[in-house]
Amino acid sequence: MSELKPGSVVFENVRKDFGTFTAIPDLSITIEPGTLVTLLGPSGCGKTTTLRMLAGLEHPTSGRILIGGRDVTLMPAHERDVSMVFQSYALFPHMNALDNVAYGLESSGFKKREARERAEEGLDQVGLSGMGHRLPAELSGGQQQRVAVARALVLNPQVLLLDEPLSNLDARLRRRVRTEIRELQQRLGFTAVYVTHDQDEALAVSDRIVVMKDGEIAQEGAPRALYEEPVSEFIADFMGEANVVSCEIVGRDGDDALIDVGGLKHRLRARQATTGKARLAVRPGAVVLNPEATSGLGGEILTAAYLGDHVEYEVETKVGNFFVIDHAVERSLAPKSTVSLGFRNRGLALIEA
Amino acid sequence: MHSGNKRLNVLLGLGVFAFLFVPWYRVEGGFYAFEWLSAFPTGSDLAPGLLQILSEGRSWLAVALLLFLIGASARFVVSADTRSKLLVATGAAGIVFMALQGLAISFIGWAWTFPETMFGALPLGQPAMGAGAILVSLIFVLFIAFGLAERGFMKGDAFVVGSITILIFLVTVFIFYPIGSMFAGSVQDFDGSFKPDGFIQNMQDPAIWSLDCVVGGNRCGVAWRTLFLAVMSGLGSTILGLAFALVATRTRFPFKKGLRLLTVLPIITPPFVIGLALTLLFGRSGVVTEALDTLFGIEPSRWLYGLTGIWIAQVLSFTPISFLVLIGVVEGVSPSMEEASQTLRADRWRTFWRVSLPLMKPGLANAFLIGFIESMADFGNPLVLGGSHGVLSTEIFFAVVGSQIDPSRAAVLAIILLSFTLSAFLAQRLWLSGKNFATVTGKGDSGAHAGLPKSLSISVYGLVLPWMGFTVVVYGMILVGGFVKTWGLDNSLTLEHYARAFSVSFGEDGLVWTGVAWNSFWTTMEIALISAPLTAAVGLLTAYIIVRQKFAGKNAFEFALMMSFAIPGTVIGISYIMAFNLPPLEMTGSALILVACFVFRNMPVGVRGGIAAMSQLDKSLDEASLTLRANSARTLRKVILPLLRPAITAALVYSFVRAITSISAVIFLVSAEYNMATSYIVGLVENGEYGIAIAYSSMLIFVMITVIAGFQLLVGERRLRRENRVAGVSKSQKIRFTQEKTA
Repeated sequence: MSELKPGSVVFENVRKDFGTFTAIPDLSITIEPGTLVTLLGPSGCGKTTTLRMLAGLEHPTSGRILIGGRDVTLMPAHERDVSMVFQSYALFPHMNALDNVAYGLESSGFKKREARERAEEGLDQVGLSGMGHRLPAELSGGQQQRVAVARALVLNPQVLLLDEPLSNLDARLRRRVRTEIRELQQRLGFTAVYVTHDQDEALAVSDRIVVMKDGEIAQEGAPRALYEEPVSEFIADFMGEANVVSCEIVGRDGDDALIDVGGLKHRLRARQATTGKARLAVRPGAVVLNPEATSGLGGEILTAAYLGDHVEYEVETKVGNFFVIDHAVERSLAPKSTVSLGFRNRGLALIEA
Repeated sequence: MHSGNKRLNVLLGLGVFAFLFVPWYRVEGGFYAFEWLSAFPTGSDLAPGLLQILSEGRSWLAVALLLFLIGASARFVVSADTRSKLLVATGAAGIVFMALQGLAISFIGWAWTFPETMFGALPLGQPAMGAGAILVSLIFVLFIAFGLAERGFMKGDAFVVGSITILIFLVTVFIFYPIGSMFAGSVQDFDGSFKPDGFIQNMQDPAIWSLDCVVGGNRCGVAWRTLFLAVMSGLGSTILGLAFALVATRTRFPFKKGLRLLTVLPIITPPFVIGLALTLLFGRSGVVTEALDTLFGIEPSRWLYGLTGIWIAQVLSFTPISFLVLIGVVEGVSPSMEEASQTLRADRWRTFWRVSLPLMKPGLANAFLIGFIESMADFGNPLVLGGSHGVLSTEIFFAVVGSQIDPSRAAVLAIILLSFTLSAFLAQRLWLSGKNFATVTGKGDSGAHAGLPKSLSISVYGLVLPWMGFTVVVYGMILVGGFVKTWGLDNSLTLEHYARAFSVSFGEDGLVWTGVAWNSFWTTMEIALISAPLTAAVGLLTAYIIVRQKFAGKNAFEFALMMSFAIPGTVIGISYIMAFNLPPLEMTGSALILVACFVFRNMPVGVRGGIAAMSQLDKSLDEASLTLRANSARTLRKVILPLLRPAITAALVYSFVRAITSISAVIFLVSAEYNMATSYIVGLVENGEYGIAIAYSSMLIFVMITVIAGFQLLVGERRLRRENRVAGVSKSQKIRFTQEKTA
């Protein structure tokens, strides 16, 4: 696995119809070699279709797909230099782990001996030495997942595709495996395209994230940029929860904007915003609840739920309801009590109206 | 385009081989005898394609050569677009040309008149297509396939496109072409000229369409009688099947396992055997008839020979099939529905009448239609019991083998029969599809089925128990019958029949098969063994394409395949004779025609079994294999087939057994050299040699039980080591297969 050759991926105006339904109207993406890019979005947004077109399991209705600079638009799956880790792992139940890993090598024309040697190496890479003789049914979920990764990686693909690879694992294992995948990708330096609907996963593993909605790119960028500077209500809400309220930009000061939210004044990065009416996304943790003070934006607690390390409140104000996460668990505010709201310095963003 | 060139190279090599090294035309005495090698490549009949053009004067074949060379030149074209267009165009033109020249030029020159007026008379004609011509046709088909694959059709998968085009080609040649020839034959005279007189006259024949039984006192036409019989048999077997299904699922009947055994019977019973057993019971010198005569002085009569007898035999034969269909339907009614009904203050009777039965209605209609189609297609029982009161399938047979040979009449009768069965099939597909309420939802459906109301339970037992007894007696007759000297006259036990049929002796050259049955027995085994793997292969390949591939016209493709199942065997038989007796394709009298007949008649069952099994395999397994650099052929071989092993076994066993038991199409296609067991037995029956016929039949049943049990053991063993997902397959398989039996 030492001579991995990362390849770039380019989608040029790709369109995909299924009968009369248009899954992807017009998609263009460029993925740099050696990076891990996540396609993120709710179910039905076209992320899996995009991945399958890259694998050659679907062919685009129109447009071009290039892998490592080569046009593969009409090339069948088995001739493409990519490999894929499936959501269900799709391990062949009648072959043991080693045969599963060696399968792709034998298909590519390696002699049986060499294929087995490389497969052994591949199993070593993912920490499964000595497990080769086991059938998939005799492996745990996490081990099956690693066999699936090894099976894809031993082929030295230009691009590794991962289709929700963690969704069949329990929460604790998921965190560990996603770290392992990221670590493996950075160590071996291959290009990876990762599909998921879980934004935590996406934030944790990606170099870049492409958020998709209805077959189109809603926003594309580094994880931090997406979280901190969402361009739309959809992104703000999808990348971690957000309260979206109306506000008024009352002035500019260099890069900053001065806003007024129902009487509460605040200062934050303006981005492209101009004075006048605007929309503001507020993370639940960015709201400060103050039971005593009455200045600024006043509100009334509707519900309160104690969750151990934090309390969740729903607060009614004149600009709309806020969902608030408060880490001050020692003080608990009863429903119907009145509070005034303030904002922290992080966790707010002006978004497109 | 590298791999594209590799497969084209193979095609080019094959093409050169076809034009240069094998006889273009059919070789008398058989290709595989290789006697032609001594005289090759000279001689008007034996010369290969190139010599036929250059020195034998069959210059029209140059068109095929030219088209092949143009197609071949695509190999050296770089532009992918031009190249694929070229391949598709030459392939299509080539296949059309091959078909046209084959049909238009017969032994003596032009077969049709209009080309003669256009091009002038031909100096010489041509024999039927042989190895060279067939190979070249296949190459043209593959030209189309590879061209389409390079255009990105089916995701550029040459194996899949190739399979689809070849399957379409085969189905066209072996199903649509014969049926078409039959239609053509109905309006042709002996010399092939257009003469619709026979067609018109037969279509209006009162012997077919008369309604005298309604208005006058005479018998109705054969079409009405067949229809009436089919309706009655459908009703009879559905009612009895439902009764059996209710007993098996809703009562505390102690021998439920034994009931399920019933379902194996129709698979292993040659279709005329029931009729034969009935003759031994109720015929003029049958056991029961004799007993009634001696005890009560009731005169022996011929009441059994006619619609009544055929009806009894058919209900006996088809009840197990309808039982199989209905047991699934009855079990499929969700218990919670019945429990809900009971909590809504409905008693058992009301629950059954207002909830359970309406939910079963589509299933009942389905069972009825299956019985209807089976009865229409049944040939064996009417042949044994019909006497002079024939039905359509036997009338077709007698129209070609009887004293007045009348192919036009046979074709007309076949068309009528075909339109009946196809209407029933269409009704089943269109009207019943999506109307099945009794599906298992996959939600945990706990709860118990409601018991039957008392009165219903009594009447159900009243139907089932006597009928079971009757079935046991009938099958008992089959077993015992072979050991009785002459029924009615001399009821002493003997081994004589078995000895005559299956004796062996040790002569100078070792073992000698002296029994009269051995010849047809071994032929049957041979043909069945050849056709079984072919049937399974074609069936499963088709299933793979239908389940796993999406393409325009897939529904039509599937529909056409399944429709071939509704074509009665007699119709297939008559159409094969009409299509394959003369050039361009001549196969009658060979083993090939029997094998082709079995493969294409039994394939739909393999297809259905394969579809059922394959839908249980996760699609991501194939996709994983494809992304692991394996092409679809390798995927099929390495991943799908190993996982489908139980389904494959079932398909093999089923097609083997069906090849042994079927009679309706076979009886038209056998020859002195290739006689099959069933047609030999029918011959015995016609000569009144019941003893040997029964002995031979029980031998066949015994062989089939052995084969099925043997395979069952093998599959059962595998099941222990395989995980559940796959293990379930083989079980459902068998149930599905048995639903499909036709005569």
